[in-house]
Amino acid sequence: MEKKAFREGLKDGIPVGLGYFVVSFALGITAGSIGLNWFQALIFSLFNLASAGEKAALEVMKYNRTYAEMALMILIVNSRYLLMSTALSQKIDPKMKNIHRFTLSAFITDELFGLNISRKGSLCPSYFYGTYLTSGPLWAVGTALGVVAGNILPPNIVSALSVAIFGMFIAIIIPPAKKDKVVAILVLISFALSYGTDFIPYDKAKFSSLKIIILTVIIAGVAAILFPVKDEDEPSDTAEKEGKVNAE
Amino acid sequence: MLSDYRIYMYILVSALMCYIIRSLPMTLIRKKIDNKFIRSFLYYVPYVIIAIMTFPGIMEATENPLPGILALIIGIVLSIIGANMFAVAGACCVTVFIVELFLK
Repeated sequence: MEKKAFREGLKDGIPVGLGYFVVSFALGITAGSIGLNWFQALIFSLFNLASAGEKAALEVMKYNRTYAEMALMILIVNSRYLLMSTALSQKIDPKMKNIHRFTLSAFITDELFGLNISRKGSLCPSYFYGTYLTSGPLWAVGTALGVVAGNILPPNIVSALSVAIFGMFIAIIIPPAKKDKVVAILVLISFALSYGTDFIPYDKAKFSSLKIIILTVIIAGVAAILFPVKDEDEPSDTAEKEGKVNAE
Repeated sequence: MLSDYRIYMYILVSALMCYIIRSLPMTLIRKKIDNKFIRSFLYYVPYVIIAIMTFPGIMEATENPLPGILALIIGIVLSIIGANMFAVAGACCVTVFIVELFLK
């Protein structure tokens, strides 16, 4: 356990946790209206750890659909995590203990992915656990509170705190965009296409993840063809340590 | 009303499926991918995927799109001049709070 990295993780998880907490009440209210009690809502949120995914899952429960449909729905709504998990796999130090691959992957959310993928060097389990501990449990607690108490926070506070996560996203992508023109252009194109495709009528609760994955594959794919990165641009330096850099 | 048994089964199925999706690539892909295209692709993925989730999402997080857009602009400006993540996230929250006071 690297204490310093762990503490850093705890700290960086706080804005994420605040955002999770205020947003999860609404989810709890929906869960309660469908018939989940606070304990069921708590474990549901703890083990799903996904906003759109849980909304979609509650929809399946509400209409009493089959378990197969539940599985398919989760696959569609959470498909972007396949891509995030793949990206994280390339940041893993080969010396990292195996067990971390199994535990850390349970904590991949949009926000924790953002924090951990943008951190310098190889994936650091201590940091990852830290970011989870100050955010993930708040998501579950907020959902349970939503069932019992409804939304106990004033709407203007909810509104203000719910953009904390987006502020964090901005702080993750803008500094690299400042250094690398290609990244800057990609960010602008992503904003534009993400906005533009929302004019196509589609069921956001179900297909927002699919939209994210399709756009990401197209934009990052075209960028990879037009602007292949050199090895020294890689975010991880483990390849160098292994002496693989000069292999070609 | 849903039975408790059915609720727990739904929770189990959804949680299992979530875990499978998240863990498959990270547990199965053990090597550094050598293919230059895939490496470049995965290098760009985080920026693109986070940008897509940020916009127009930030406009939809607030009741009215205006405070969200202003928070985005202020967040970008602060990030460019080198503010850290806490400052940027906090400034976005404050922006929304203040703008919504004036909107009412």
